[in-house]
Amino acid sequence: MRVALFITCVNDTLFPGTGKAVVSLLRRLGCEVDFPAAQTCCGQMHVNTGYREEGVRLARHFTEVFAGYDAVVAPSGSCAAMVREQYPKLVRPGSRGAAAVAAVAPKVYELSEFLVDVLKVEDVGAYFPHRVTYHPTCHSLRGLRLGDRPARLLRNVRGLDLVPLPGAEECCGFGGTFAVKNPAVSSAMGADKVRGVLDTGAEVLCAADNSCLMHIGGMLGRQRTGVRVMHLAEILASTEEVKAS
Amino acid sequence: MSRSAREDILARISRAVDGAPEVEIPRRYRATARVDDLVGLFTERVGDYRAIVHVVPEAEVPARIAGIVAGRRMVVPDGLPAEWTPPDASDAGPADPYTADGVITGCAVAIAETGTIVLDTGPGQGSRAQTLVPDYHLCVVRADQIVAGVPEAVSRLDPIRPLTWISGPSATSDIELNRVEGVHGPRTLEVLVAVS
Amino acid sequence: MSATFIGMPGNFPKNSAQAVQNSQLRYNLRKATHTIRGKRASVVGELPDWQELRAAGKAIKDETLRHLDRYLLQLEEAVTAAGGHVHWARDAAEANRIVAGLVKATGEREVVKVKSMATQEIGLNEALAAEGITAYETDLAELIVQLGDDFPSHILVPAIHRNRAEIREIFLDRMEDAPPGLTDEPAALAEAARVHLRERFLRSRVAVSGANFMIAETGTLVVLESEGNGRMCLTLPETLISVVGIEKVLPTWRDLEVFLQLLPRSSTGERMNPYTSTWTGSAEGQDFHLVLLDNGRTDVLADEVGRQALRCIRCSACLNVCPVYERAGGHAYGSVYPGPIGAILTPQLRGMGSELDASLPYASSLCGACYEVCPVAIDIPEVLVDLRAKAPHGAAERAGMRVAGWVLNDQARLAAAQRAATRLRGLVPRRLPGPLSAWTDTRDLPDIPEESFRDWWEREG
Repeated sequence: MRVALFITCVNDTLFPGTGKAVVSLLRRLGCEVDFPAAQTCCGQMHVNTGYREEGVRLARHFTEVFAGYDAVVAPSGSCAAMVREQYPKLVRPGSRGAAAVAAVAPKVYELSEFLVDVLKVEDVGAYFPHRVTYHPTCHSLRGLRLGDRPARLLRNVRGLDLVPLPGAEECCGFGGTFAVKNPAVSSAMGADKVRGVLDTGAEVLCAADNSCLMHIGGMLGRQRTGVRVMHLAEILASTEEVKAS
Repeated sequence: MSRSAREDILARISRAVDGAPEVEIPRRYRATARVDDLVGLFTERVGDYRAIVHVVPEAEVPARIAGIVAGRRMVVPDGLPAEWTPPDASDAGPADPYTADGVITGCAVAIAETGTIVLDTGPGQGSRAQTLVPDYHLCVVRADQIVAGVPEAVSRLDPIRPLTWISGPSATSDIELNRVEGVHGPRTLEVLVAVS
Repeated sequence: MSATFIGMPGNFPKNSAQAVQNSQLRYNLRKATHTIRGKRASVVGELPDWQELRAAGKAIKDETLRHLDRYLLQLEEAVTAAGGHVHWARDAAEANRIVAGLVKATGEREVVKVKSMATQEIGLNEALAAEGITAYETDLAELIVQLGDDFPSHILVPAIHRNRAEIREIFLDRMEDAPPGLTDEPAALAEAARVHLRERFLRSRVAVSGANFMIAETGTLVVLESEGNGRMCLTLPETLISVVGIEKVLPTWRDLEVFLQLLPRSSTGERMNPYTSTWTGSAEGQDFHLVLLDNGRTDVLADEVGRQALRCIRCSACLNVCPVYERAGGHAYGSVYPGPIGAILTPQLRGMGSELDASLPYASSLCGACYEVCPVAIDIPEVLVDLRAKAPHGAAERAGMRVAGWVLNDQARLAAAQRAATRLRGLVPRRLPGPLSAWTDTRDLPDIPEESFRDWWEREG
């Protein structure tokens, strides 16, 4: 199977560790991973902030870069949802690039979807002896409808104590540029999310999206809570031999 | 000459929807609900609204009514079956809803799933004012008037008649979004379900 | 007299920044919205065919909008045949003129009102006051707002921002016949409102209402309510004037079987609301006038993406589930339509000429909770994003986004930017200046890594 990694611009720039974890996890599971170097960004920030033209340009670029792969795996529910849910509306049927969108968009998977639905594994052989709570993130939950796929993967991690997050389905308040356009409400939502995380007594907050984790983690850090945030891929990549940093 | 508002609005609409796709309405929801015990479900749901509800064999209805309304001056609407008419109401004539203690009616249809009774101002159901102004409403529902769900009720009703759908006593959710019974409509709703 | 939103200054970020610091407001809203969320979820969960009802509701509304002109004409004919009178109003001023004229023709100087979003939207109470006519709100929450010279903050429960203690204080201060020993028990507060309004209902000869639905086929109007104030207004006065948005029409009587299931469960979280009244034309000898209101709706209808907002049945499920509404409160939206539906309806009805209205499409984290609960499946996030593309953008933001687009559109430029960032790591202050402080005021920045993923891949991948 020819699997392409769509790293996403945020992970590429700020969270390379997540990308490395995906690569090591997928190789461990027998996939040959390709990283098309021409990839950049899915265009979500531009589209969702009201800059559709730039967004469409990035969407066309994306579909050109990822044409021809059997599967494209993204360690981001939000970016995967952008491609699968929003591209077909953004590049309207009949317009330039619509055929490429129709061909590529259905092959884009968020990591847990790819593991559970395509590779059909729920036990990836990971080891992570920590108390962890999971935030499902909006675009994973209501966009991609990942359901309990991430939880199934986490429950199979040896040593991991998964504790439910109160108010898990509520938005953390990141929302892309919402976080800086409406900082007060964004922070108020983040504060309530932080309270939920602290109530669990977890040492690690896990999610399938580093952008949400950047926001919640930024608050957890500012408040010196001692709770760290980790992408799902980093926990799943962790083994007894090669522990997550 | 400027066009009338009517012509203007209609023209704006036809311009706005020009070329929009036609719509097909999928009606895959339940047209009839399967309910084994209509009376049981209806009384449970009416009770959930904190209305008072009794199931009474048809033959005992007159006595139950007489017992319940004893001592109350009741509005008795035209066409109420004679056997439901409280014994002391006949000579005084129908009471004035503005001074009466309560009103007794039948109904047009009742809905089990939602615990709703519907009045259509037909015989024995009174005018809309008669069933609104008094503080107490006693409604007699015959078991064969109970349908399972909303679709069956809608199809049984005549839209030309003014309808009042009643689900429990008057209530409000305006204080902290919690339901409190008893505002402007009758504060007490009592339902007698007559079973044969 | 309640205040009006028209011409309200400010913008959503500023308004909501004040609201999030109001502990009482936060507490009241959290409590109320969480209560109603639970109730809604439980009664929606009872229906095995909820998604089918939702699909039908969406399609019935779409069909209505597709042939709105035809259905309005059919409605007009049916209402007229049943002895009612139909008036058409292009905008708020025209509707207000019509209503004032109808009231004056009765010789009355007072009207009682059933809660109606359309009459709030057009500022009817204020327009009537200017003509020497007093409008009395009779819905409990509207009464609380009116007595408190306040703004409504929710579609269904305009006084949701007030808790029982505050309501008691408003009643004691402003309601001349409030019992002196009034407690803050909800039942006692409801009783005080009952006594206060009783005489007014029995005395009033003219009522003004809106309607939840109008049936084109039969000319029937439908009002759902809880307290019985609706029944009082619709039934007792000799003259009834209903002001209804043109999009409230449904093609057939049968269509009610869908909406009488969708609306109560989505709205108050009940299997059925206490009272629903339906009437056709002149019922029981009443003089009935229907004022059909456009006021920007035909503009919304012309927008292919935005027109789905006209499917709205004003249930407020989207408000109750919205994390932004829960923290910002309704007033921050500066409109009678707050919350997610307001964020897409207000900028479409009023345009985005004011700073406030232009900020509304951004008053959402696009979390999608609103779309999930909407009983007529309005894709609110889709419309928000569409409106953002049409909203005016500041020059600095435009320039920044253009540069970002240029960098992101090419791998070499992106890699160069990443390497530049890496060189600056260690120099980034904990608190950023200018607009970027919006992030660092409450959040730490992530550390910039030693190398980007793509550089690592090239080296080791």
